[in-house]
Amino acid sequence: MRSLWLAISVAASLALPGLAAAEDTITIGMTVSRTGPLNVDSVAQLHGSEFWRDEVNAAGGIKAGNQRYKVRFVTYDDQSVGGRVQQLYTRLIVQDKANFLFGPYSSGLTATAAVISEQYGKIMLVGGGAEPKTYQLGNKHLFQCITQADYYLAGAVQALKEKNPHAKVAFVYSDDPFSKAVVASAHKLAQQAGFTIALEESYAPSTTDFSPIINKVISSGADAFLGGGHYPDGATLARQLYEQKAGLKYIAILVAPDSPKFATLGDAALGVMVPSQWEPQVKYQPDFGPTPEQFAKAAYAKTKVEADYHTASGYITGLLLQHAIEQAGSIDPKKVAAALEKTDVTTFFGKDKFAIDAKNHGLQIGHQMVLAQWQMKNGKLEKEIVWPEAARTAQMLYPLPQAH
Amino acid sequence: MLRRPFFWIIAVAIAVFAIAPHGEDVELRESLLLAAVYITLASNLNIMLGYAGYVNFGSIVFFGLGGYFCVYFMGALGWGLAPSLLVAGVAVSVAALVFGLGILRLRGVHFALATIGVNEAVMAFVTNFEPWGGSTGIYLSPELFQPLGGPAQALWIIYYLLVAIMGVSLYLSYFVKRSKFGLGLLSIGQNEDAAAVLGVPTPRYKALAYSASAFLPAIAGGLYFFKGAFVQPADAFDLTLSTEAIVITMLGGQGTIVGPALGAYLYEELRGWLLTSETFASFQLVVAGVLLLLIVQFAPEGLMGFFYRRWPRLRRVLE
Amino acid sequence: MLGLAASLLDGVLVGAVYGLAAMGITFIWGVMDVVNLTHGAMIVAGMFGVYLLVAASGAPAYAALAPVLLAGFLAGVALYWIAIHRMIGRPPLMSLLATFAVNLVLIGLGTAMWGTALFNVSVSLPGLSLGRYTFPGTHIMAAVLTAVLAAVLYLFLYRTRAGKAVRAVAANREAAELVGIPTTRILALSCGLGVALACVSGGLIATLFPFTVLSGDAYQLKSFVVTVLGGMGNPTGALVAGIALGLLEGLITPFMPVSWTLVIEFVLFVIVLIAFPGGLLSLGRRRAVR
Repeated sequence: MRSLWLAISVAASLALPGLAAAEDTITIGMTVSRTGPLNVDSVAQLHGSEFWRDEVNAAGGIKAGNQRYKVRFVTYDDQSVGGRVQQLYTRLIVQDKANFLFGPYSSGLTATAAVISEQYGKIMLVGGGAEPKTYQLGNKHLFQCITQADYYLAGAVQALKEKNPHAKVAFVYSDDPFSKAVVASAHKLAQQAGFTIALEESYAPSTTDFSPIINKVISSGADAFLGGGHYPDGATLARQLYEQKAGLKYIAILVAPDSPKFATLGDAALGVMVPSQWEPQVKYQPDFGPTPEQFAKAAYAKTKVEADYHTASGYITGLLLQHAIEQAGSIDPKKVAAALEKTDVTTFFGKDKFAIDAKNHGLQIGHQMVLAQWQMKNGKLEKEIVWPEAARTAQMLYPLPQAH
Repeated sequence: MLRRPFFWIIAVAIAVFAIAPHGEDVELRESLLLAAVYITLASNLNIMLGYAGYVNFGSIVFFGLGGYFCVYFMGALGWGLAPSLLVAGVAVSVAALVFGLGILRLRGVHFALATIGVNEAVMAFVTNFEPWGGSTGIYLSPELFQPLGGPAQALWIIYYLLVAIMGVSLYLSYFVKRSKFGLGLLSIGQNEDAAAVLGVPTPRYKALAYSASAFLPAIAGGLYFFKGAFVQPADAFDLTLSTEAIVITMLGGQGTIVGPALGAYLYEELRGWLLTSETFASFQLVVAGVLLLLIVQFAPEGLMGFFYRRWPRLRRVLE
Repeated sequence: MLGLAASLLDGVLVGAVYGLAAMGITFIWGVMDVVNLTHGAMIVAGMFGVYLLVAASGAPAYAALAPVLLAGFLAGVALYWIAIHRMIGRPPLMSLLATFAVNLVLIGLGTAMWGTALFNVSVSLPGLSLGRYTFPGTHIMAAVLTAVLAAVLYLFLYRTRAGKAVRAVAANREAAELVGIPTTRILALSCGLGVALACVSGGLIATLFPFTVLSGDAYQLKSFVVTVLGGMGNPTGALVAGIALGLLEGLITPFMPVSWTLVIEFVLFVIVLIAFPGGLLSLGRRRAVR
């Protein structure tokens, strides 16, 4: 009898590590806005993350000490609605046992998700939430991988100052946490630059009729337009500004013009600028991972769509997590968090470094933005980087062609 | 009262909700929490809809306002949870009284439309109201969970409180039904003019019912949004929730007490399943719509109506 | 000053389309005492109808309006038989809930099919420029078409036998039945007309602004506000009230942040419901019997 038990326990102890090895995956949970107004940008971000996951798994998984971990995603559709985000993230943590979380797309949804990740003490890397307030409420597990909202229009203001020091600016922006934060900061910068603020008004994110507000822009005599929100309203604004011949010399819209889809607006897209977290033409020298050019090529080959900064943001959240796990040598949340806090690297995406003081934990303090503009190149609409000087690939088109 | 079996049936239901998660099954707790919210909303809606026959399409406005008041009191004014909830409840009931004064003189369809109007007007106003964060809403710092013993424990406390509110809603529904006030409401539901002629003080009763049906949802809203540490107009005044409350009440059987509770529980289970099923994520409303259509056309008495006709003895035990 | 005039004028143009949309509701309400809560879904159906026809055939958007009108009519008749027929004579609440239920189903199906992405029908029509302001050609065209449709409806109601029958049923259904009017058929016809109006107004809106499956809700609410302002059951009132609402919006926006218009509209809505159940236009004439 004893020998039977001995045999069984020996067999079991030999088999168990085999079983354990098969289970070496880490689960990353997130919600995606597959439906809803945020879907264009959110899905682009997802593609970036999935691209990272597939590369990592193809290479055998993330190396943590002596173990290799394959990456597994669990995603749910949050329908661009905050209420669902909280329920779904709770489910991801409690039911799907996610080891780590990626944030949803947009600052508003990220803020709601952050409540849950903090309540349960899970690390969440954010590729789509720029509003700084989320990181200033006293968190311990959030990590923002992209430039924060306050800096979004800094470049646009700076570049405008070089062209027209006495610009009359109209701020027209979506009434959501991200756009409000961007414009609040841009307002101060505009005042410092000596601009006249001819109009400052927000609109409901679901607005489709901008003619009243555009009429106000015309009445205000503004010659520069800064604002927007996310894809649907940004694209519509651009189109209607063009249709109503608003007479603007300088247009910078948030988020929307970065998507390759924006080119479908044709003439209405020409000359529109967008503050961008990343463009394929940037010249960063990475410490690890792909170069910008390699990333752009491979992403295009995989998704059949030009990579925009959302795709890049999705990828970088994965890359930074991978780097932290490798540095920590384990997937233990405390060790990974410590490794993330020590992160100070340059990748295809640019520099990334997280604030670690309690008041701003997780806020991104290393990354910089560029300003891109849609221009005609060989008869086709393409995005060129027009600012800052060091990253420039083409001269800025100013003022905008007659029709605007 | 204590001798009636139904009183104890409610007590058992509350106990089940409280005990089932054993203080550790978070998944079950989350699911039951939503069910409790739905039951609270449906039971209180029932007071206007089931008893007095007034459809409140915008009942969510109480939930949302309660959430806003509570989150504002805790976040901006630094009050504790209990006072914030109580004052929120009272404030919303008073607001309901004020709205009611205006719209309760309307009947049927006009009243229903007016309740939508009230909800939309409040939502549009709050969206512009900067002290309440405008369209961005209010975010609470996680530190507010510390007085309750940290986030993990706070979530349990909130759950138990919501179960308690659900229980109070069920009891309120029950006591109203068995009281002279309830009788008055039921008579208004049958024929308002006849009731008035017979001496039922209809304006006062309606106003009281409308106000009463606002109090508990407001507190539930306060708890719900405190839990999420976040409130914004689009979520707080989402007509979908009041729509679902109506469907639930009709599904379960308007005018009964078990009805809304049963309907809420079933609907919540269905919804939870639909939420994560990839194919059916958007089907939640289709299912709700089909259910409602079938009920309205063929079974306006709902599930309870069906049960009562099949087993008439149930009437003696359940309400 | 020109800015204000431009705003007002544009408000009138767009308001006319709101009025057309509201006519759909008020018509059904007036004839069969049913509040059609599928109105929003029908507006969206009209929007998608035009979008799909344009995408499939490349025809100009305005040409697509005719088939949309027809399809809307048929859909309305179908709606009558599915949801409303059994509700005639029952408490109005039931028909409210029934049409509401159908709305949930339609919007749910629409969301499942098209998600909530933004769709756009591109129409290039030269606009009219006054000084620095331009009135998009689409706005002008939409207003013109609305006027045409309203005129056609008027002719139908007052110059044809069928129209007379409709007015008779609207006035008193039992009496109309007694004098031999086939009320059920007339009710179905009226429902078809109401929904057709909703669909075609949706199609027109699609030429003006981008839309999603969920846009219907907002326009349905606006239609209700207009209907209530104009008086339930009063198509002319609806058109006038729509233009008035557009004017109001045009008046407010130059002076206040655009987001306040909604607050004002809904407060007005509730006030008019309470104080003027016959609509603002009833102040000048005797109230409808209903």
